[in-house]
Parts: sequence; C-alpha cells; structure tokens
Amino acid sequence: MIEVIDAEQCTACDICVSVCPTNVFDKTDGIPRIARQSDCQTCFLCELYCPEDALFVSPFADAPQAVDVAALKEATMLGSYRRAVGWVEESRHLRAADRSYRLFGH
Amino acid sequence: MTNSPGRAEKLSSSAGSVMFDADVLVLGGGPAGTWAAISAAEHGARVVLADKGFCGTSGATAAAGTGVWYVDPAPERREAAMASREKLGGHLQDRRWMARVLDRTYAQSNQLADWGYPYPADDDGRPQRNSLQGPEYMRLMRKRTKQAGVTILDHSPALELLVDGNGVVAGATGLRRQKGDRWAVNAKAVVIATGGCAFLSKTLGSNVLTGDGYLLAAEAGAEFTSMEFSNAYAISPAFGSVTKTLFYSWSSFTDEQGSVIPGASSKGGRSVIARALRKGPVYAQLDQADAETQRHMRVSQPNFFLPFDRTGIDPFTQRFPITLRLEGTVRGTGGLRIIDDSCATTVPGLYAAGDAATRELICGGFTGGGSHNAAWAMSSGHWAGQGAAEFARQMGTTSGRQAFRRGTVGLRSGGGRPLQGSALARSVQDEVFPYELNYFREAGRLGESLRRLDALWSDASAADAPDEKELLRAREAAAMLATARWMYRSALTRQESRGMHRRDDYPEQDDRYLHLVTSGGLDDVWTSARPLASAQYAEAAE
Ligand SMILES: Cc1cc2nc3c(=O)[nH]c(=O)nc-3n(C[C@H](O)[C@H](O)[C@H](O)COP(=O)(O)OP(=O)(O)OC[C@H]3O[C@@H](n4cnc5c(N)ncnc54)[C@H](O)[C@@H]3O)c2cc1C
Ligand code: SF4
Ligand code: SF4
Repeated sequence: MIEVIDAEQCTACDICVSVCPTNVFDKTDGIPRIARQSDCQTCFLCELYCPEDALFVSPFADAPQAVDVAALKEATMLGSYRRAVGWVEESRHLRAADRSYRLFGH
Repeated sequence: MTNSPGRAEKLSSSAGSVMFDADVLVLGGGPAGTWAAISAAEHGARVVLADKGFCGTSGATAAAGTGVWYVDPAPERREAAMASREKLGGHLQDRRWMARVLDRTYAQSNQLADWGYPYPADDDGRPQRNSLQGPEYMRLMRKRTKQAGVTILDHSPALELLVDGNGVVAGATGLRRQKGDRWAVNAKAVVIATGGCAFLSKTLGSNVLTGDGYLLAAEAGAEFTSMEFSNAYAISPAFGSVTKTLFYSWSSFTDEQGSVIPGASSKGGRSVIARALRKGPVYAQLDQADAETQRHMRVSQPNFFLPFDRTGIDPFTQRFPITLRLEGTVRGTGGLRIIDDSCATTVPGLYAAGDAATRELICGGFTGGGSHNAAWAMSSGHWAGQGAAEFARQMGTTSGRQAFRRGTVGLRSGGGRPLQGSALARSVQDEVFPYELNYFREAGRLGESLRRLDALWSDASAADAPDEKELLRAREAAAMLATARWMYRSALTRQESRGMHRRDDYPEQDDRYLHLVTSGGLDDVWTSARPLASAQYAEAAE
C-alpha cells in the first residue's frame, strides 16, 4: 500500500491525486493527503507518475507497513520503479528493453 | 483516415450535475475503451469516454502490461496459433472469430508502432510486437484518445444506463467523485468496456474491476455467456499484489519443510498448489532461470520484481511464500454476449468490448495468461466503437427523445436500511474466494453458496439507497453479487470439467456439454444452452 508522501520532495503538483485509479488521495492546500489508504490496490502507478520521486508504495498489499523514509532514500528506493521502466532521462533506453519475445516467443 | 469529428457537446444542467450530448458514450478507459473511443471518433461520432479511475492508469492492463496475440500473417503461423489453444479452451472457440481477431490485432499493433510505441527489436533488428508495457501503452492510448477529439471524464464511474421508450440505450449517468457531483450523457449508442470482475482481490490493477458494466447492462436486459469460466486464480507473493504467473514457469514449489510439492507448477499444476495452500504455506523460488533468462525477466517486467526488491528477497536464490489471488472474469472468458461482428449485445444500441464482453469466441473456456485477452481488447474495442458509431449515424436525430433510468439495487429507495456496500462486498468474497467453492466445484457446495448469494440479493434489493459517499461501493458490491450468481448458476449447469471450469463431481470432459451456456436475469437468474456457431452452420447447411 501507499505509505508515504515525502514532504521534502513533493511540489504539490497533485498528479498523484489525478492518476490514482482508486482515488486514494485528497487534494489539500499543500501536499496531498493519503485519505483512503485501505482502498490502495498496490499498483505502484502513483509512484511511477510522480515527477519528484516523492512517493513510496510498500509491496505489502493487505496491511499498512511502517516505513523509514530516510532509509528508503539512502537505499535509493524512491523512484526506483520509474527508473526501471525508463521514465527518467538517464534510463530512457529501457523503454524499449522488453525482452518478452525471448521468454515466450510465438 | 481521421475525419475530425465534432466534440461532444456540454449542455447546461442543474446544480450538482454536468450533462453532455454525444453520439457514442464509452464506459471504461482501458485498452478496449480507448480503442473503441478512437474508432468511433474516426467514424465521425462525437464521443464521450467515462472512466471510474483515470484513463491511462486504470484497469488491468495499465498496471500489469500484457503479452499480445500478435502473429505474423503467414498462413501456417496463423493455423498453428489457432490450433494450439483449442484443446485448452475445450473446443468452444470459433475459428472465424479467431482469424478476424488475429488480423485486427496485427493491424492495431502496427498502428501502435506508427504512433510511436517503443517496441523492442531483436538482435537482427526485427521489431517484436507481442508484448506491451502497461503504463507506456496506456499513456499513449490516453494521448491518442484525446487527439481523436474524445471528451474524457476521469474519476467518473457510471452508475446506471439510460434507455428510451423502445428499450434502445440512450446514455448513462454516474458520479464525478473528485468533484462531488453527477454526470449524465445523452448518447445514441453506448459501449461497455468496463473490464471484468476480480472481486476486490487486489490482483494487480484490478480493484476498479467489480463487474459494474455487467450490472448496468443486465439492468437494461443484456445477456451473458460462458460465465462458468470465471475461476482464474493467479500466483503472487503471499503478501503482494503482483499476480504474474508467467515467470513461475521457472519456479520450483515447496512446502513448509522445504520438500518439493509433487505436480505443483504454474501451468497444469496450479490446482495442486491450491490444494497444498489449503493445508499450509507454499513457497516458490525461480531457481530454474539461468543468468541470461534472469536478465531478460528483469527488463521485460520490472513490476514483477518490486515486491522482491522492496523486501530484500532474491527470488532466484531464496524461497518466498506465495498465494493464489482470484482474478475472476478478468482472466476468465465469460461476459456480455456478442451477437454480431460489430460486437453488439442483445440490447439495441449497446455494444461490448474487452473483458466486459465474452472471450469465448477466441478462447473457449480458458484464457489464463497468454495474450488473447489483450488481442481481444484491441480488436473488439475497434469493432464496438465502429459499430456504435454506425448505429448512432443510422439513428439520426434524437432530440426530444425521453430517457429512463434503469438502475436497480443501491439506486432505488427500498424502504429498508441503507445498503452497506463494504459489508456486502465481504460477504460476496466469502463465496467466491475459497478454493473449495470456486476452484474445485461440486453441486452441493455450489448450490449452498447460491442459496446464500440469492438471499444477499433479495436483502440488497430491499435496502435503501446509501448516501452519495457510499453509493459507488454499494453499486460495486451489487455488481460483484450479480456476477457471482451468473457464475455459479452457469457452473451448476455445466456438469463436466472443461476449460478452466472444474467439477469434483464430474471430473471428465463430457461431449454432451459441447455447447455454450447463456445466462442472465437479476431477481431471477436463468441459464440456457446454446449451440456452438460451427454447429449452427452445420444445421443451416443441412
Ligand atoms: C496481472 C495481470 C496480468 C495480465 N497479463 C495479461 C497478458 O499477459 N496477456 C493478456 O492478453 N492479458 C493479460 N491480462 C488481462 C488483460 O489485462 C485484460 O484482458 C485487459 O486489460 C482488458 O482490457 P479492458 O479494456 O477490457 O479492461 P481494463 O483494462 O481492465 O479496463 C477497464 C476500465 O474500465 C473502468 N471501469 C470499471 N468500472 C467502471 C464504471 N462503473 N464506470 C466507468 N469506468 C469503469 C476501469 O477503471 C478501467 O479503466 C492480465 C491481467 C492481469 C490482472
Ligand atoms: S505527484 Fe509527487 S510531487 Fe506531485 S503532489 Fe503527488 S507526491 Fe507531490
Ligand atoms: S499504488 Fe495505486 S492504488 Fe495505491 S495509491 Fe498508488 S496509484 Fe493509488
């Protein structure tokens, strides 16, 4: 489930509020609020769309988890999915790196 | 090819609601819905697309990504592609539909390439088009949908259909949940592309898929087919949501003590895993993937590795607990019955595409993983959009047409207590999650479950409409409940095991059941047998 919005990174652009398919976030005057955490379906998409790497979705789907933001940053976990799919400048080449055809050719 | 159509018109309306006038309304903005909206717009229709979530991130494909049934047009390749799945699907497929879906999917995939989808190329520089990265694909589809002139309503779940005095579909209404008001669209034709029903099981990206479109369509009188093929369960780490079974073909499966579970495998041995899970924890380890395969896996499906990298598990060298999450009709083959090549349903003006429509035409009784769903979403989306646009064109002007709301459970005052959506959803889950009810079926257990589901339906029908905040959850729960009843009634009538439908009391395939099961109804759920298309042709020829 979604666990944190890092106040240091977040620019309050509200992209996550728009893109979350299950409407977990609410807009505020500042950074969005995780308003309905139990509706989170653990799809990782808010994280992917956040331009500032300010969100962290824990892989535990059924229960909230305490997370340590400082440690996550230390381990460069924030934004790791974004980098893996090639949605940042440094890893653009990964957008066309799909090798599924090698794994299940038709 | 694109003849730029006019935009759907925004009409003035009373406070607390927004109204549009359109030719075609598409419900759902996954691959099926976006392809439908684009093809309707290309046929000159003014189109509105309403999605429960955000068109581009919502639905099963956006989160998961899909293999695609993309096959070179060489006749021997096509023949092999069709033949390879016929046995798995229990010989219920229709070759004519398989061929036209293969053609259409080939065309749509190449269209995606022209639009700039970053398909990979192999070592010889040949493009490879049998897989789509979900976020990338759906971001592109949103962009193309907007460019086609379609009005997109995000976070706007449909609640009910509108129908005119002749029973012809006339639009729909729903919520704008981030704006706190309602929408209504007057339309000459509607495409249901709301996906399947995964019963809020948290299978990757699927909690928006609660069968809403089925319920809406049923309230207008639509029929279903193949609803017994709805018991797809997918492997995921026990704690996580990533239900991608494909990579588990490189896995070994062990019990608590570390002993290999005989017969357990991702393909053809998943029921062994289900049985083992009833006794205790089951562990997987992808120990059969060599270094090169591991590298390919990582770049092909980055999301598969999120649960592992974030918990510090190396899935190739360490074992981890797994579970089976219900994917219901998302990876089943049932859905709204299609009656012609334009993906029309039995209700005039109502079209269906993607998981909301039956996939029996190309899959028979089995999809599982394996690319057919994605191919179907593209193809049926294209045809449904075109069919709806053509229907709208022939209808001409509809000004002054009266529209009636068709919503039932959760929308009408029953005089009882307000419908408790969350509690009802849990009660439905209790009937569809357990392996002994849904995976391994048997007449006594199915019958008992149906008795409880029918009682839940009559209670829900007598309940009062909940307040605006709870309305969506209540309608979702009602849709899950209706879906479960079509599933189990159909499952009871198929007294054999075929495709993904397994009966403990009838373990063999029985050729007296080489037909399709139609179902429908709300207060009274019915089923009937329908001959295969090939059998119909044979009869006609006699
Ligand atoms: C983990 C996973 C992996 C998969 N892998 C493969 C694969 O490799 N190959 C393959 O072929 N298939 C695969 N599938 C299946 C495939 O994802 C689906 O068949 C495909 O997404 C269907 O497209 P669709 O547009 O019909 O539905 P979806 O993509 O599910 O979209 C449905 C849309 O309807 C919207 N909606 C729902 N209710 C309403 C409402 N009331 N009002 C308005 N909008 C609504 C939703 O928000 C959603 O955007 C996989 C599925 C999962 C879950
Ligand atoms: S998308 Fe990221 S930066 Fe924008 S509001 Fe959300 S958390 Fe903040
Ligand atoms: S992981 Fe998915 S469901 Fe959860 S908050 Fe992010 S976008 Fe929403």
